[in-house]
Amino acid sequence: MGPVTFFLLATALVVSALTVVVHPNPVKSAMALVATLFLLAVEFVFLGAHMIAALQVIVYAGAIMVLFLFVIMLLNLSDEEAEARRRGRALFRIGAWIGGGVLAAELAALFLRVPFPAPAAPPAGYGGAESVATALFVDYALPFELTSILLLIAVIGTVVLAQRRAS
Amino acid sequence: MVPTSWYLVLSAVLFAIGAVGVLVRRNIIVVFMAIELMLNAVNLTFVAFARQLGTIDGQVIVFFVMTVAAAEAAVGLAIIIAAFRNRPTVNADELAVLRW
Repeated sequence: MGPVTFFLLATALVVSALTVVVHPNPVKSAMALVATLFLLAVEFVFLGAHMIAALQVIVYAGAIMVLFLFVIMLLNLSDEEAEARRRGRALFRIGAWIGGGVLAAELAALFLRVPFPAPAAPPAGYGGAESVATALFVDYALPFELTSILLLIAVIGTVVLAQRRAS
Repeated sequence: MVPTSWYLVLSAVLFAIGAVGVLVRRNIIVVFMAIELMLNAVNLTFVAFARQLGTIDGQVIVFFVMTVAAAEAAVGLAIIIAAFRNRPTVNADELAVLRW
């Protein structure tokens, strides 16, 4: 990927991420987040992580964001931020934006100072399903199996929390 | 080829945007989405370092982060629905019964 492509992608990513944070309507925030996740999947492809890019689209943009949209529409939310915004939080908001800007600037200054050598050409099949699966089922077999317990706990917890109490 | 540090800077900017979102927004679902944004910014760092080091381990960690994010989203949204039943609001300032 050339620098021009990178800057176009980075600009689109930052704009959509800012839309998530500043848009008053939660549904449009969620749509902007879907766009952000798709653009990140494109970045993953350029970084050679093809398998992770596919998972990003399927799991994040496909499953998690649908869950978010379901909940937003179930709760029937409207733009209720404007009223909350008026209650004397202006100073706090400005401070938060300045703090975020300082955080990003400091991290950027730190990263740009490190002289990374140009990465070596990746081996054939790097980032494909086979290489990720080999690492996952050989080197990371135990954490992978523990993941299933985590998901089981999440399923049980979600059902217990979200069910309607019979009273 | 784009240097690794550019990806790290982009990831830092996305993380900062997510952090500001958690601080300034009061709609608890949008706060949740900002947290997802921060998780994804870190995933970009992992993948960029995986390419820099020529190993696959960073991508495997991203897989685990996605799993945890999915579990976290499911449980978190269930908590939001349960809280909404008790008190019909998604404003984080009004859901402060656990604060001492």
